[in-house]
Amino acid sequence: MSDAASTLLYLAAATLFILGLKRLSSPLTARSGNLMGAVGMLIAIVVTLLRSGIVDYTLIVAGFLVGGTAGTILARRVAMTGIPQLVAAFNGFGGAASGMVAAAEFLANGSSTAETAVTVTLSCALGIATFTGSFVAFGKLQGLIPGRPLLFRGQMVFDSALAVSVVGSGVWMAASGNRGALWLLIALAALLGVTRTLPIGGADMPVIVAFLNSMSGLAAASTGFVIGSEALIISGALVGASGLVLTAIMSRAMNRSLANVLFAAFGGDEEAPPEGIGGGPVRRATVDDAAVTLAYARSVIVVPGYGLAVSQAQYSARDLTDRLAARGVEVRYAIHPVAGRMPGHMNVLLAEADVAYEQLLDLDEINDDFPRTDVALVVGANDVVNPSARDDPASPIYGMPILDVDRAGAVIVVKRSLSPGFAGIDNPLFYRDTTLMMFSDAKAALEDLAGAVQTV
Amino acid sequence: MTLAVGITVFVLAAFVGFEVITKVPPQLHTPLMSGSNAISGITLVGALLVAGRGDVLSAILGFLAVTFATINVVGGFLVTDRMLEMFGTRRRVSRRRGS
Repeated sequence: MSDAASTLLYLAAATLFILGLKRLSSPLTARSGNLMGAVGMLIAIVVTLLRSGIVDYTLIVAGFLVGGTAGTILARRVAMTGIPQLVAAFNGFGGAASGMVAAAEFLANGSSTAETAVTVTLSCALGIATFTGSFVAFGKLQGLIPGRPLLFRGQMVFDSALAVSVVGSGVWMAASGNRGALWLLIALAALLGVTRTLPIGGADMPVIVAFLNSMSGLAAASTGFVIGSEALIISGALVGASGLVLTAIMSRAMNRSLANVLFAAFGGDEEAPPEGIGGGPVRRATVDDAAVTLAYARSVIVVPGYGLAVSQAQYSARDLTDRLAARGVEVRYAIHPVAGRMPGHMNVLLAEADVAYEQLLDLDEINDDFPRTDVALVVGANDVVNPSARDDPASPIYGMPILDVDRAGAVIVVKRSLSPGFAGIDNPLFYRDTTLMMFSDAKAALEDLAGAVQTV
Repeated sequence: MTLAVGITVFVLAAFVGFEVITKVPPQLHTPLMSGSNAISGITLVGALLVAGRGDVLSAILGFLAVTFATINVVGGFLVTDRMLEMFGTRRRVSRRRGS
């Protein structure tokens, strides 16, 4: 195949990626968009296999078989609650591949020019740090590593020194063409990925998964510079931009800067709430009280939070809302951007449980409707419905966009205990006259409510 | 390809990315991430060239890179498809009866 032909076919592949991403703007066209992306990828692979320069296909076939089988099994078997860790793992594999390609290129051809040295350094550092960082994120999401920030004293100094050493080994590699410098660079970048991800708290995972996604794209793009491939540069830039957009959206939804998420070691995990917060009497609701309140409402908005995802209560939620809808109650779901464990995760969980897409509304779409709503049912959410974020300038989460559930006629909060959320901040919502508290696991509470609603 | 051309392509593609991605609704952000994640597996193209080169070190790194990138590509597109299948159809009653 001629160079011109292959270049044009790579362009066709990149165009299919862009058109495919464009089709993701609606749930009706999204699936075909994903298929377009896959076709683009197939074109890029076939073109590469047909290009001259490949002398041995054995290892390629072996890699296809091993990787294809593993990828298929993982993608087919994963539960929807496990999507965030799976995406993190895939991300890590992509980053590692980019880093290894750049490393192999350097080992074979050396760094003849300053630009190859720079791009090899970038590619290895980004790719390998993405690899180890993603697997730490995987471990945290999977519960293999504690979700709370893990830090040691002087870590900022250590990490800064590590980052400087990564750059230093890159310079050494560029100046000397020394192979040892490359291995040092890889080792340091791997360590940096680990030490930079461990301090990030469980609640910040949506941001860090998006950020690592962006890094894997940038790693692919810089590998594109190393091997002189426009296809890699274009695709890597697309993914890098996509990850950054999502990172920015997530940070904004938490009213924090990316730097704050990356460096502040914010929040704990749900198992270890700080003690001694809370005050004032709350109104406890029995299942029957809450069921009556829901069953006789004209309109109900369900606010699902992290607690719903953790207890896998999406099916129970649909069951309850179906029964309410059958009684003529208008039911909708209000989804806060950081409700799940990665951007948009709650929507996937509810879609899995067959909740109609039209019932799922995001913050901007639904927030004005709370004053006209009879009951807001908050399931396992806390900080995203904390009115002090809106009303109390002294609150640490002041300015974070929240769902205005306190403006609904009544609020039912399903929560395991009065413990504060990730932010460790008390929630005045719980002590209001119009709020009923149900202390229970999300799934058990929703099942009980569904049963009770039936008999009202 | 010169460095300058590469940077030009990169910057323009990044702008296209920003434009396209900002139009994706929050409901679809998870499939967007896993789908774009699969696209970043394009590094497979580079991995194939390395793995096919013939010398031992390239072979080892190339084989690993092909395997990892293939996991990324195949798994990424498949899991995205699985998610979008749940989003796209107007099912409710019909599908639940079927299952």
